[in-house]
Amino acid sequence: MDGPAIRADGITKRFGDKVALDAVDLEVHAGEIYGFLGPNGAGKSTLTRVLCTLLAPTEGRATVAGHDVDKEPTAVRLRIGVALQEAALDDKQTGVELLRLQGRFYGLTKAETDQRLSDLRRLIDIGDALDQRVATYSGGMRRRLDLAMALVHNPQVLFLDEPTTGLDPVSRVAVWEEVRRLNDELGMTVFLTTQYLEEADELADRVGIIAGGKIVAEGPPAELKRSIGSDLVVVDVEDDHVDGARRTLDAVDGAGEIQVEGTRLTVPVEDGARSLSPIAVALSEASVQVTELALRRPTLDDVFFDVTGQRIVEQEDVS
Amino acid sequence: MSTREQAARDESEATGIVGRPAGFWRDLSSVALRALRQIPREPEAIIPALIIPLFFFVVNVGALGDIAGATGVEDFKAFQIPVAIVFAVTGVSRASALVTDITDGYFDRLLVSPVHRTALLLGLMVADLALVIGLSIPVLILGFALGVTFEAGVVGVLVFLLFAGSWGLAFTGFPYAIALRTGNPAAVNSSFLLFFPFAFLTTTFLPQEALTGWLATIADYNPVTYLLAALRSLISTGWDVTALWQGAAAILLVGAVSFTIAFRALRGRTSRK
Repeated sequence: MDGPAIRADGITKRFGDKVALDAVDLEVHAGEIYGFLGPNGAGKSTLTRVLCTLLAPTEGRATVAGHDVDKEPTAVRLRIGVALQEAALDDKQTGVELLRLQGRFYGLTKAETDQRLSDLRRLIDIGDALDQRVATYSGGMRRRLDLAMALVHNPQVLFLDEPTTGLDPVSRVAVWEEVRRLNDELGMTVFLTTQYLEEADELADRVGIIAGGKIVAEGPPAELKRSIGSDLVVVDVEDDHVDGARRTLDAVDGAGEIQVEGTRLTVPVEDGARSLSPIAVALSEASVQVTELALRRPTLDDVFFDVTGQRIVEQEDVS
Repeated sequence: MSTREQAARDESEATGIVGRPAGFWRDLSSVALRALRQIPREPEAIIPALIIPLFFFVVNVGALGDIAGATGVEDFKAFQIPVAIVFAVTGVSRASALVTDITDGYFDRLLVSPVHRTALLLGLMVADLALVIGLSIPVLILGFALGVTFEAGVVGVLVFLLFAGSWGLAFTGFPYAIALRTGNPAAVNSSFLLFFPFAFLTTTFLPQEALTGWLATIADYNPVTYLLAALRSLISTGWDVTALWQGAAAILLVGAVSFTIAFRALRGRTSRK
């Protein structure tokens, strides 16, 4: 594949008066895992559906695997694998029947499909259940089968739309390991949408953060986090001490721009270990009633907050 | 070229297994085979279609056999076999399964594959044709067991099955149109209501000459009247060309209307707007 695996130029998608995507520009390199992060309703799934040829953009142009999603949808479909938000399966069929059917849709011969089933056995890893109807599968088994179906035809680009939503932690880690393996061993380009910060942090070479239909930040996770400081000092104070705490922290040497959420103040600093004591002393001398004082590393949620003033609230689901 | 890209290219070249267009006929057979595989796994959808025609046959023959004799029907069992067939095949489709595909997201999975869009609906219809012919056979066996014979002979039986299957197929467009337009299981179930005017405002119980008033008028315009006449002719008359072409025309007319709205609905459902 020459050129970028995915390229979007000014993609806008409107549904009536509602603007779901607002002139999105995007470039995903071949062999890259690109994490597309944002809260529910931010436009993640809409962009995925445009890139997967399910939706036509209202404006703009996008190519996937070198083919225009609007003008050459069949060429794109042959080169992509897609696992949409819900594991899209037919409960009345067995796992093997669905995989074989998928092979037929992509023009594979029976021998080729058998070969691919053998290749994918490690991923599927559901033993004899593969010959049972999908209705009997657990959530994790369904998701693994869904992923295997997306891979039957050896796609160049794999789209994963919130691949671990609703999975237990063990199944989630198994999916992460497989995505990493596909990328490491096969060089498959992966476009991954997620609302889980940990997932984007764990898997993505680069992350795009979308809010209100626009990409508001983009880069490698470490670089994005570094952009708001090396460390964060988090100070929780009593209700009527927020203003005092803010004035005090503003005066501390090396403190970055303070973010205030309710009674919580977050202060970016270059060296957390060195900054913690001066901050504690300053707050004490100013008679600020502190209920909690903590030091932590920035997360992608902090990056999101920094650019949008909001949190991606679903993060507590991960752990 | 990066190491990862090279790895991908090596894998692809080593196995040579990559996606390619399967072709319309393979797409059609893939969709049809999946649908046919589903049928025996959903006995709850098939058993009523088997029982209802047999029930009506027994009740109609038992309750109206003597009265029908007064209207000139010599063998009311033979007269009722086509009715039972129409009851068996009208409205039988995979539309409910299609709605399940839409609501569960499997339909989207099909749409991101290179499958031909028309095959998604035609494949289901092929399965329906096999199913309705299958549903006709028990009714025919019952008729044979009760002494009904075909004046048109063995070939007439095959033509009878062809007409029954074609009618069943022609009618499927309506539930599919509703399924594709709404994606709503309740709406698809309510499409069964369409069955009643077609099946009852016609020569279900008495011959056309015995109908009077508004029912006679409606029956004149109901395609099922001509379908029943064609089916009955194969049993009672032999090869009545007029009855057969009128029956075929009725099927084609209903099929043209129902397929038009069904494929328009498919185009709407698969539109990327």
